Amino acid sequence: MSVDARTPPTDGGHLLEVEGLKVSFRTEDGVVRAVDGVSFAIEPGEVVAIVGESGSGKSVTAMTLMGLTRSPNASFEGRAMFDGRDLVSATDDQLRKVRGAGIAMVFQDPMSSLDPVHRIGKQIVEQIRVHDKSVSKAQALDRAAELMERVGIPRARERLRSYPHEFSGGMRQRVMIAMALSNQPKLLIADEPTTALDVTIQAQILDELRQLRGETGAAIILVTHDLGVVADIADRIVVMYAGRVVEQGTLDEIFYDPQHPYTWGLLGSITRIDRDRSQRLPAIPGLPPSLLRPPEGCHFRPRCPHAFDRCTQVPELKARLADAPDHLDRCWIEPERKRSLRVVGDQIGLASEQAVVS
Amino acid sequence: MSRFVLRRLLSMIAVLLAISILTFLIFTAIPNPALRLAGRFPTPATLAHINHQWGFDRPVYVRYVLIMKLIFTGQIISYSQQVNVVHQIWVYLPVTASLAIGAGIIWLTMGILFGVLSAWRAGRWLDRGLTVLALIGVSMPVFFLGAVMSYYIGFKLGWLPPSDYVPFTQSPWEWFRHLIMPWIALSVLFIGVYSRVLRSTILDTTNDDYVRTARAKGLTERQVMGRHILRNSLIPIVTLFGLDFAAVIGGGAILTETVFNLHGVGQYAAQSVQALDIPPVLVITLFAAFVVVILGAVTDILYAYLDPRIRL
Amino acid sequence: MSATGSTPASVIEESLPHEGWPAAGEDVPPGIGPYKLAWRRLRRNKVALAFGGLFVAIVILCLLAPVYAKHVAHTGPNTENVDTALNQFGVPVGPTWHAKYFLGADNTGRDVAVRLLYGGRNSLQVGFEATLITIVLATILGVLAGFYRGPLDGLISRAFEVIWAYPVYLLGIALGVVLAVSGLDLGLFKISGSSLLITALIIGLIYTPYVGKAIRGQVLGLREREFIDAARQQGLGNFRIMYEELLPNVASTIIVFIPLTLANAILTEAGLSYLGAGVRPPNPSWGTMISEGVGLLPAAVHTMLVPGIMLVLCVLGINVFGDGVRDALDPRAKIRIDR
Repeated sequence: MSVDARTPPTDGGHLLEVEGLKVSFRTEDGVVRAVDGVSFAIEPGEVVAIVGESGSGKSVTAMTLMGLTRSPNASFEGRAMFDGRDLVSATDDQLRKVRGAGIAMVFQDPMSSLDPVHRIGKQIVEQIRVHDKSVSKAQALDRAAELMERVGIPRARERLRSYPHEFSGGMRQRVMIAMALSNQPKLLIADEPTTALDVTIQAQILDELRQLRGETGAAIILVTHDLGVVADIADRIVVMYAGRVVEQGTLDEIFYDPQHPYTWGLLGSITRIDRDRSQRLPAIPGLPPSLLRPPEGCHFRPRCPHAFDRCTQVPELKARLADAPDHLDRCWIEPERKRSLRVVGDQIGLASEQAVVS
Repeated sequence: MSRFVLRRLLSMIAVLLAISILTFLIFTAIPNPALRLAGRFPTPATLAHINHQWGFDRPVYVRYVLIMKLIFTGQIISYSQQVNVVHQIWVYLPVTASLAIGAGIIWLTMGILFGVLSAWRAGRWLDRGLTVLALIGVSMPVFFLGAVMSYYIGFKLGWLPPSDYVPFTQSPWEWFRHLIMPWIALSVLFIGVYSRVLRSTILDTTNDDYVRTARAKGLTERQVMGRHILRNSLIPIVTLFGLDFAAVIGGGAILTETVFNLHGVGQYAAQSVQALDIPPVLVITLFAAFVVVILGAVTDILYAYLDPRIRL
Repeated sequence: MSATGSTPASVIEESLPHEGWPAAGEDVPPGIGPYKLAWRRLRRNKVALAFGGLFVAIVILCLLAPVYAKHVAHTGPNTENVDTALNQFGVPVGPTWHAKYFLGADNTGRDVAVRLLYGGRNSLQVGFEATLITIVLATILGVLAGFYRGPLDGLISRAFEVIWAYPVYLLGIALGVVLAVSGLDLGLFKISGSSLLITALIIGLIYTPYVGKAIRGQVLGLREREFIDAARQQGLGNFRIMYEELLPNVASTIIVFIPLTLANAILTEAGLSYLGAGVRPPNPSWGTMISEGVGLLPAAVHTMLVPGIMLVLCVLGINVFGDGVRDALDPRAKIRIDR
């Protein structure tokens, strides 16, 4: 793991290639199809944001890459190729070598993501030594102190002996990031890293991530429901809804030429300083569908004001714009019509019949 | 940490004081106490002596001090049996200690073992089986289980002696043989409780975020279980054990001792109850409560050592 | 080795339809509260229901004791029939499985089955009364302590600690002996020393700290939540807050504790009676019957086995049902356990 993360993978292809990933859970009420055919690819050093609301399957997708969703009542289809190996069908032993080394993860709630009874230094050292037993405790502690300094924790050497509850939320998240980077991962997955934090701290953490990407060359998958967070840091965006990818493209493509009504809704509901304050804050009407019995055809159909009869067929995810071969979407509407449909008031949004009470 | 210890010890002393007062009140609340204490055929001299020594002719607080003095200087006497109570307790203590320590080791190890097994194979046959056993164990009164074991294994099958106690110094093997059934009878209830508590705690902990983090770091399941899940889940068990063990030492094994005719502190209390002999019941109650409170404080301090969040 | 643990419950929870939220195109009646949901889950748990039924059957049988005594066995619980019940060696007859001496007789010729049912009445009565006392006291004290905190909490918590420090049976027999001798005279009302209520009071008091501490703990956690602040700034007074906001939220904890406390109370009563500090003769109870049975050993094993097995079945019924109630109220437990 001493290879710089910027080195392209040996098979000359993508760093991570997810193809047709499906994840279902058996529950006492039936089979829940949390992820229903997701495909995307990540290049080394890229920042890709997976955006969607709760229940969209974004977290399940991210955690499945690390095998954290495996259990007797879960079933998987599809592939996720990383470093020449398929993560979905890999054995537990094989996956364990990847976890915390090739791919590392930072979780949502820093308050509860660290073991309360062990010191911070010990927890970072644990991650280092489980992947390389030849590193001595002293060396590992040194590296841990370096990492903590790098993420901006003052008096890092002293704080190695602190317990998690002695840190604030923002500091804990930095510790999590430091820990995740301890084995120079090629891919860092951040699952809603700022959701549980204050807005001011959010900005700091995102800055941190951006800086680290520059320094280490690691690719980042940023899972979030907040498009605002994404705007500053992402290279590409994957929009998920109800278990499927509904649109994906570069940052500019998504923000300036969105092709899916759900994306319009997301963009329209971002709070903006220059918005006319006399209007209600728009929200997408309705609620996400049940994944036990999802709607027929396009999953967004019941909430979409532009739905028509063709929408009862599942739209393929493909590029529909001639000049943007990597901008994919899953919508039957003719691209020319989209340009007018997506303008509400004087900006992009989702048209609605009634104002929605939040 | 030391401030915490100090506060805990002070609190403990306050509770001990309250217990001594409460126990005192309970026992001196009966009418004609001197008569009750004096046993079967009291002479007027005995009655006068009791009245004076126990202070029934003096105000309440003096009485309290007198009686406490009697107890703590080991002078308190049971008139109906004509023995020094504290001395008797001292004689009976090794039996209770043998019972408590042996049972404690068994129920702690088995309880943890079953709890971990149940959680490891949650939802499958092993778990269901262990849960059934645990539920039966919790529903079985210890004196009934003891009586059944004593009768069938001890009397009918003759595999083990059905009752009585043999001191370790007399014959270690016999000491062991006589204690096996009492140990098992006493442990069954606790094994049931501990295995279910541990199972529940482990399953809760397994869903905690930091366990997910540990897995994401690349630890093996065994490492995750040992360093993170168990380390956190065993903490409540430690607390439980401290309290339960203290209760058993203090005479909580009264039922087991009675059924197997082990002359321990608990049986002494039971016999005194039936004979309405007050001094031993008074002293044992006090002693038992003290043991619980002291061991409770020790357990709390141990808990603070194990869980850094508590040391505030 | 099996695959890594279970999928984190939160992941599955996110994917499930949320209670009360109609899914797109679905027609689910809104307003299914957590209790209705729990009731549904409980109904699906056949084992818990079966054992609950067992307990109810036992209760009904015991309530029908006088009927059984009069019409089936034709004898009372204390009627001694030495001539018909003992054989030539003075050993009482074992179970005849007929109307008379259905489960055998004891050493003074009393019908075991009849005494079993009458004893059950007493044991169950003490059990229910004690449970009522515990739940009511623990709720009041626990809520007060958790809500007001400060000196009131200090006092109540210390009181809990003091009571809980006594090993259950020692406190029970201490109080049992004292009160049996003198009865309870609180000025307002007197209870005689031989009343069952004394035993119920003692047991009820002993278990109050256990439940009380749990409720207090939950209230401490709840009072920090926003809905308390919301209620307060709406102008609700303290008592209304406790009654309307806190109580419904601790209700599920209380519900879980009821079967637990009942099982413990019945077992404790049996233990106290076994030692002679609980129900006093001539009142029968399962505990005294076991004690008498043990005294007759090695002869007449049935006199010991019958009340014991009944006791175990009764408590087992409560415990399994109680487990089912707890599982129904806590859905996370279900998600963890996979088929």
